Amino acid sequence: MKPAPFDYQAPATLREAVDLLASAPEAMVIAGGQSLMPLLALRLATPSLLVDLRRVPGLDAIAIGDDGIRLGARVRWRDIENDPRLETAHPLLRETITQVAHYQIRNRGTVGGSLAHTDPAAELPGLAVTCEGEITLAGVAGTRVVRARDFFTGPLMTVRQRDEIITELHLPFWPSGRRWAFREFAQRQGDFSLAGVALFYDEDQEGRVADAHVGVVGASDRPQRLMEVEALLNGRFVDEPLIREAAEAAARTVDPPEDLHAPAAYRRALVATLIERGLRSAAQHRSA
Amino acid sequence: MQVNFELNGKAVAVDVEPRMHLADCLRDELRQTGTHLGCEHGVCGACTVIIDGAAVRSCLMLAVQAEGSSVVTLEGLSTEEALTPLQTAFRKHHALQCGFCTPGMLTTAHALLTDEPDADADRIRSVLSGNLCRCTGYIPIVDAVLEARAAYRKTDKP
Amino acid sequence: MIGTNRYIGSPVERIEDLRFLRGRGEFVGDLQREGMLHAAILRSPIAHGRIRGLDSGPARHITGVRAVITAAEIGAVPSIPLRLLPLPGTERFLQPVIAADRVRYVGEPIAVVLADSAAVAEDGVGAIILDLEELPPVPDRRASGRHEILLFEESGTNLGMTFTGVLGDTEAAFRDAPYVRRECFEVQRHTALPMEPRGVLAEWNGAQGRMTVLGAAKVPFFNRDTLAAMLGLGPASVDLIENDVGGGFGARGEFYPEDFLIPFAARHVGRPVRWLEDRREHLTAMNHARQADCEVEIACRRDGTILGMRGEIFVDLGAYIRTNGLIQPRTLAQCFSGPYRVPNVHMLVRALLTNKTPSGTYRGPGRYEASFFCERLIELAAGDLGIDSAEMRRRNLIGAAEMPYKLARLEPGGAAVDTECDSGDYGEALERCLTEFGWEEKRKLQGRLIDGRYHGIAVACFIEGAGAGPKETARLELEPDGSVAVYVGSTAVGQGLETVMAQVAADTLGMPIDLVRVFHGSTPYLNEGYGAFASRSTVLGGSAVYEGAQSLLEKIRAAAVARLGGQPDDIELVDCRARTSDGRSLSFADLARDGLRVEATFANNNKLTYTYGSTAAHVAVDLGTGHVELLDFLVVEDVGRIVNPLTLHGQAIGGVVQGLGGAFMENLVYDGNGQLLTGTLADYLIPTASDFPKIRAIALENHPSPSNPLGVKGAGEGPIIPVGGLMANAVANALASFGAMPNQLPLSPARVWRMGREAHLSETPTDIAP
Repeated sequence: MKPAPFDYQAPATLREAVDLLASAPEAMVIAGGQSLMPLLALRLATPSLLVDLRRVPGLDAIAIGDDGIRLGARVRWRDIENDPRLETAHPLLRETITQVAHYQIRNRGTVGGSLAHTDPAAELPGLAVTCEGEITLAGVAGTRVVRARDFFTGPLMTVRQRDEIITELHLPFWPSGRRWAFREFAQRQGDFSLAGVALFYDEDQEGRVADAHVGVVGASDRPQRLMEVEALLNGRFVDEPLIREAAEAAARTVDPPEDLHAPAAYRRALVATLIERGLRSAAQHRSA
Repeated sequence: MQVNFELNGKAVAVDVEPRMHLADCLRDELRQTGTHLGCEHGVCGACTVIIDGAAVRSCLMLAVQAEGSSVVTLEGLSTEEALTPLQTAFRKHHALQCGFCTPGMLTTAHALLTDEPDADADRIRSVLSGNLCRCTGYIPIVDAVLEARAAYRKTDKP
Repeated sequence: MIGTNRYIGSPVERIEDLRFLRGRGEFVGDLQREGMLHAAILRSPIAHGRIRGLDSGPARHITGVRAVITAAEIGAVPSIPLRLLPLPGTERFLQPVIAADRVRYVGEPIAVVLADSAAVAEDGVGAIILDLEELPPVPDRRASGRHEILLFEESGTNLGMTFTGVLGDTEAAFRDAPYVRRECFEVQRHTALPMEPRGVLAEWNGAQGRMTVLGAAKVPFFNRDTLAAMLGLGPASVDLIENDVGGGFGARGEFYPEDFLIPFAARHVGRPVRWLEDRREHLTAMNHARQADCEVEIACRRDGTILGMRGEIFVDLGAYIRTNGLIQPRTLAQCFSGPYRVPNVHMLVRALLTNKTPSGTYRGPGRYEASFFCERLIELAAGDLGIDSAEMRRRNLIGAAEMPYKLARLEPGGAAVDTECDSGDYGEALERCLTEFGWEEKRKLQGRLIDGRYHGIAVACFIEGAGAGPKETARLELEPDGSVAVYVGSTAVGQGLETVMAQVAADTLGMPIDLVRVFHGSTPYLNEGYGAFASRSTVLGGSAVYEGAQSLLEKIRAAAVARLGGQPDDIELVDCRARTSDGRSLSFADLARDGLRVEATFANNNKLTYTYGSTAAHVAVDLGTGHVELLDFLVVEDVGRIVNPLTLHGQAIGGVVQGLGGAFMENLVYDGNGQLLTGTLADYLIPTASDFPKIRAIALENHPSPSNPLGVKGAGEGPIIPVGGLMANAVANALASFGAMPNQLPLSPARVWRMGREAHLSETPTDIAP
C-alpha cells in the first residue's frame, strides 16, 4: 500500500505554504499525517504535492486568556494532554482529547489536521461545534474566521478552500462552576466511536440549567448540537425525569447513518444512553 | 530527496522518494529490519519507533519528515551482550510467540515506562491497545511490562 | 521412556526469543537479493465476470516497470490441487493460479507487475486497463443453493461437496423423544489474520535449473512438490526455505496462487522476485474461514440425557475449493457432538460456492462452529428442562470408561476415516473447571441486574482432535563440537517449535539444551516432511525427534564399543560421555568424528489424539451500549503430557483471545455485489490489550496419550473451540429475562442491544411432550 508519487515541500513561512497550495492544482497540506497517510496508502488521495507545515512557525502554541483558549493548528493531542493549565481552563477539552485514538497517534495528530479531515466520528470537530468554537483560515485572499457550526458541511467535507490553511481553533472562555461531561462508546478503546456526546451547562441562581450546550458526534454526517435537547434542559432542575426526557428527545432528533458497524436504531439508542449518562455525571461534577 | 536524521545515535543521510514512509526507509534503505510492517495504515503498531522521545507509527510518517530528528528503533534499544530488563521480562513471561508485533510492543513499552515508570496495569493496557498482537492474547505482555517497571524507576535508565 | 527430564515439563525460556527481542528475526520481508524485482498483483475489482481484454501497455511504459505477466505468458494455467480430502468431483472447482477469462471473487489475481520498487509495481498495477464484463454475482449461500447463477457452468451446480455424519438411528430417537428443540444458528465469516502478511521471495538459477523459494510455511514439502509439478521441474530442483514466520493459525502456508506466480515470474525474467502482501490485499487474498449456518435439532430425555442431534448445515466456501477448504465442512459433519455422548447423530453438511474469497482452515476449523451450534442447543435444552448448565454437561460428557469413543461415521470416507476419542476423563476436567471458576457461588448472579448490568455465566466443554498423521521425520547429527543438530519436518509459526523440539532432544540425549540446535521446515533439510497443522508438531515431530534421539544414542553406544571394546550393555551414556564399566570414556564430541547421524520417522496410523477440557465464563452486559464485559474466563485442558508449560499457557491464552474476537467483533462483511466492505483493520476488528484482560488457563496432564512415546496430545487449538458457544450462552443467561436468543455471531454491540429491546421468541416452538 504505497502512495502514488507526489512532490514534497516544507516551506518556512505560512505565506509560502499558502502560495504553494494556490499554485499547484492538486496540492494537500500535511502536518501530523495521522489522517492523511492512510488515505495516501490506500490511494484514496493522490495529491501532486504535499505541503508540510513542520517548519512554519507560530502554529503550535496553546494560548489561554480571558477570551478563551486558542489552539494553534499544529498543537498535538499530547500537547493538550500535557498542559496542566487546561485541567481548569477547559476540562471538557482535556477529557475529550484523552479519548482520541491511541498513544502513538496522539504524539503526532494535530488540531488542524483533525478539523480539516473531519471524520464524522472525530471528537475535536464535535467539541468545536458544541463549544461554539471558531476556526481561523489563512489563504491567498487573506485570513478569515469561520464559526465551527458553519465550517463542517458533511462527512470529510468543510468550507476550507483549496488554498486555505487552518491556523487556529478558538474556544470561548470556560467559566468556573460549569457542569460538563464527555461520553463516547466505541467497540474497542481508541476506535472511532459509534457515537459520542459532549455537553455542558451553567446554572442560574436557583440551580436551574442555563445555556445548555449538547453536541453529538458519530450519529450523523457532521457534528451537531441538539437544539431540542438544549431547549428542553434550559430553565429546569436536573433530575431523573428530566434526564430521561432529554435522552428520549436526543434519540428522536438525531438522524444517524446506517453502516456496517451499527444500524441507525442502535445509534439512536446509544445517543440516548450517552446523554443520560452524561447528564447524570455532569450533575455530580462541577468544574473547579 | 536527501534526508538527514539521527538513527540510534548515529547520523545518517539517505536519498528517498518523498512518498517513501519512514518504516520503509528504515527497513529497505538503512537495512534496520527490526521495525515491522503489519498494515501500513496506522492501526497495528508493529512499526512503532521513537522519534524525539515519543512513540510514533513509522508507517504514518514520511521519511522526509524525519529531517533533523532523533529516531530510535528496537535495534537501538538492544545490545549484543545481555538482554535489557524489558527484553528479559518479555522472555520470562513468554510475551512473544511469532515475534512480529514484538518490536512495536517493546518500543511503545519503553517510551511509556521512560515517561511513566509507575504506570499501572490499566494504563499499560490502554497504551498498548494501539499495538495489535494475534498470538499471545496480551496478558503475558502486560505482565512483562509491569515487571520491567522496576528497572525504569532507577535514576540511570537503560 | 525418557531419561533425565530436566527440560520436558519445565518452563524453559524460548531460544527463538533471543533474536525476536532484538529485532533480529528474519521474516521474508526482511530479505533482499541482488538484482531483485518487486512484484505487485492486479486483482479483480469485481466479484463475478469475464475478462474481455487487458492492456498492460500503460503499465509497461512507467519508468521502472520491468514486466507484466498474465495468463498469456503462463500458457497452460495450472490449478491448485487439494492437499486434503481431494474427493471425486472437487477437481471441477479448483482455483487456477491466475484468472484467464473468468473472475470469481474480488481479489482474484489477474496480472503480476514486476518493477524496481514495490511502489512502482503498484503504480503499474493501477495503470493496467482492464475490460471486464460483469456477471451477476452469487453473493451468499442461499443464492448459491438456488443454482440459478453458476460459478462453474460445466459442472451444473454450485454445490462443492456434501458430507454426512451418521451415528445410530436419529429417526427413531427423535420420534420417541419426550423433548425436542429445533433452532437456527449462524457463525460469521472471519479469518486468521496473522500479524505478518504473506510474502514470497523466489530465485531462479538458470544454470542449474534450480528454483529456491523463501517465505515458506506450514507444509513446505507438499508445496514444494506442487510447485515443482507446476513448473515442470523435478522436486529435487525446487527448495522451499522456511524463515521466521509471523503467525499461521492454519491460514498461512497453504498453496496460494502467489506461491506459483512469484516463482514463475522469477524464472520468466531471470531475476529474483519478491512479493510482499499488503494488509488490504490480505483481507481479500488470504483464506477466509468459519462461515456456516444451520438448522439443527436436539432430542433429550426429561432428565437431560441427550438422545440425538440432527440437522442441516451450510458452509459458504467462497469461489473455489482451496487446498484444505473441505476440512471445515467435514469436521462439522463428523465432530458436531464434540465431547458429548450423543448416540444418534445425523448431520448433513453442504459446502456451497459463492463469489467471495475462498475459505480454508483456521484454528479449530469446523470445531469452533460445531461447538457454537452444539453448546447453544444444549443450553437451550437445559433451560427448557430446568437443568443447571453444569449438570447438563456432567450428565452428557463421554465418560472415561467409554474410551475409546467413536464419533459419527463420515461419508464420503466410511470406516477408513472413522475417528475416536482416545483417552481421558472429560468429567474430571469439568469438575476442576467448575471448582476453580467458583461455579456454585457465581450461579447466584445468573441473570441478575447489578449496578446497571446483567450478569451471566456459562460452561462449555471441548475436544481437540490433534496430531494428524501420517507421519513426521527428523534427522539428528552429532557435530564435532559435541553439539547435536536436529532437523525436523515440522514448521514454526511462532508456537515455540525450536524450543520444544530442543527440550525433547536434550532430555532424551541427556545433554544440556544449549548443545541442541533445531532446524525446521526447509525442504533441503530432509527427504520428506509434513509440517505444522492440526496441532501435530509436538506429537509427530516431537515423537520423531524422540525416536531419532534414541537411535542416535544407540549409534553412539556402538561407536563407543568400536573404540573402547566391550559390549553395548557395558557402556553408560551420561553427561555427554560414553563410559565403560572400568572407567574409560570418550566424549560425544570425540565420537562424532565417526560421522554419527540418524534419520527417524514417526507414524501414527492416522490416529488422532484428543486433548479435551472445559471452559467457564462470567459476563456483565450493559444494555445501554450493548457492551459485554468478560469478568472472568477459565479454561482447563488436559494435554496428556506438558512439554513446556510456558509455551502451552501462551497457546491457551492466545487461542482464547482469538475465539473472543470471533465471538464479539470480527466479521468479514460483503455487500450484495460481492464487494468486501471490511477492507482494512479499521473495519475488521480484532481484540486489543484492553478488551479481555481476565483470562486464566490451567493445564493438566492426567491422561497421557497411549499412541506416542511421549504421551503428548496436540495442544494449540483446544481453547479456541468452545469460546463462541460459551460467550453466547453467557449472554443468553445474562439476558434470560428478555428471552434473548444469541444465535448469531458475532455478538456485536448492536446485536446485544437489540436482544434487550425485543423479547425474542424462537422461530420454532419447543416440543416438550406432556
